[in-house]
Amino acid sequence: MSSSEAKLKPSSSELDLDRPNIEDYLPSGASIHEPHGKLRLRDLLDISPILTEAAGAIVDDSFTRCFKSNPPEPWNWNVYLFPLWCSGVVFRYLILFPVRALVLTIGWIIFLSFFIPVHFLLKGNDSLRKKWERVLVELICSFFVASWTGVVKYHGPRPSMRPKQVFVANHTSMIDFIILEQMTAFAVIMQKHPGWVGLLQSTILESVGCIWFNRSEAKDREIVAKKLREHSQGADNNPLLIFPEGTCVNNQYSVMFKKGAFELGCTVCPVAIKYNKIFVDAFWNSRKQSFTVHLLQLMTSWAVVCDVWYLEPQNLRPGETAIEFAERVRDIISVRAGLKKVPWDGYLKYSRPSPKHRERKQQSFAESVLRRLEEK
Amino acid sequence: MGNTSSMLTQYDIEEVQQHCNKAFSQQEIVSLYERFCQLDRNGGGFVSAEEFLSVPEFAVNPLSQRLLRMVDGLNFKEFVAFLSAFSPRATLLQRIEFIFKVYDSDGNGKVTFNDMLDVLHDLTGQFISENQRKQVLTQVLDEAGYTKESLLVLSDFVKILGSSGLKMEVEVPVD
Repeated sequence: MSSSEAKLKPSSSELDLDRPNIEDYLPSGASIHEPHGKLRLRDLLDISPILTEAAGAIVDDSFTRCFKSNPPEPWNWNVYLFPLWCSGVVFRYLILFPVRALVLTIGWIIFLSFFIPVHFLLKGNDSLRKKWERVLVELICSFFVASWTGVVKYHGPRPSMRPKQVFVANHTSMIDFIILEQMTAFAVIMQKHPGWVGLLQSTILESVGCIWFNRSEAKDREIVAKKLREHSQGADNNPLLIFPEGTCVNNQYSVMFKKGAFELGCTVCPVAIKYNKIFVDAFWNSRKQSFTVHLLQLMTSWAVVCDVWYLEPQNLRPGETAIEFAERVRDIISVRAGLKKVPWDGYLKYSRPSPKHRERKQQSFAESVLRRLEEK
Repeated sequence: MGNTSSMLTQYDIEEVQQHCNKAFSQQEIVSLYERFCQLDRNGGGFVSAEEFLSVPEFAVNPLSQRLLRMVDGLNFKEFVAFLSAFSPRATLLQRIEFIFKVYDSDGNGKVTFNDMLDVLHDLTGQFISENQRKQVLTQVLDEAGYTKESLLVLSDFVKILGSSGLKMEVEVPVD
């Protein structure tokens, strides 16, 4: 028996050392005590900690919680309040909604009657055309916000247009972009959508300068990183707005920030957005509704009330990695907007977790088994 | 109980409670139903393996495949019964029975050396060689008075695991 020679086979997957440790975030209901003492049959057969972790995940898990819609509590449950609620519904659908639709239509007419001429006639004079288009995009966004009776309170100094700075914000719905855009014409990086949204993206948003990505393309990431770098270095490009979570989260949690925005060598200006749930749940659950339905839902609610905080610009600290920088900024935004942090990558909505996490657990168990085998 | 209904009646709750031997309170069963519906995205009345694996915390668990075999395609009543071993009200015997079932993949009531080796493989992955695993298992079995050819039954598991308490509880969030 060569147990004294028992050596651990090296891990073939490189452990990403600067990823935050998931174990720090997971509930430590399963005993994380360091087992010691001679290895017995009982220790091998007792899989209760691992089973408990699995059952705990089945019953409740922090990832699914991030994408749970939280509609406001129903309050219309008695004879007195129900008719009040009914008349509210009638008012919202039959009076507010048509008025809002009208406002939006007027807004589009004004926008298009200026945008189209400006876009084509000023083709020669680029800087003037860009200035006009910027103003017009801010205008149509304001009309959109008015069409949901958006009450937005902006806190903090308005972003100044400087080169080599990017803006990052937490992401709840595509309306985040509209709400921020009505104040400042940002250039944004977005997933290309189908349908009328895609049409708007390719025509109007092109004018403020947008970068497209495709989540399903793996190689896409390098191309996009290059485009980001180019854009942020350009002096007269619109400031770039990035949503590092990469997906819409329900405004109560924040998922991990992708490091792309944090390794551009630019100042990062965090922006925190918090919606007031009492009026409407602004979370766009893209698995459950299309953007059109989401917009209609907003247009038939009383109001969209939110706070936007422009926070202090941050720079990469000496000795800090991009991932640490991203986590630090996520912390700043989450604290300001009252979001709970979870250690999951938003893209896990679309794909499985990497085997690295499971391997880490396996490695730690294997090490403990072999160590205890040696003990007398 | 309609599989596609989104409301549980009092009768349904009591039926489920009976089926799991009162392991969960009625409030907990309602919470579990909400969770079940949340996991069952396509509304088929059962949660498929894909839907379980979409929970990252579950997918990274080394025993997820084994558990999937036990929990895939269960309807709500069976789902609650499956989880009953993790209720604070479950007895030690129920918990040991659950662990036994995880090992006994062919369900014939006997756990072989290979069954135990398979689970050890799931737990340690590539970080111990197959030979080392066999070595370790043979050694501890030997010390406990069994051999490689021994077939362990439930009472063996009770003897081995029952000596000290098993911590195997999961809290059902109840709002």
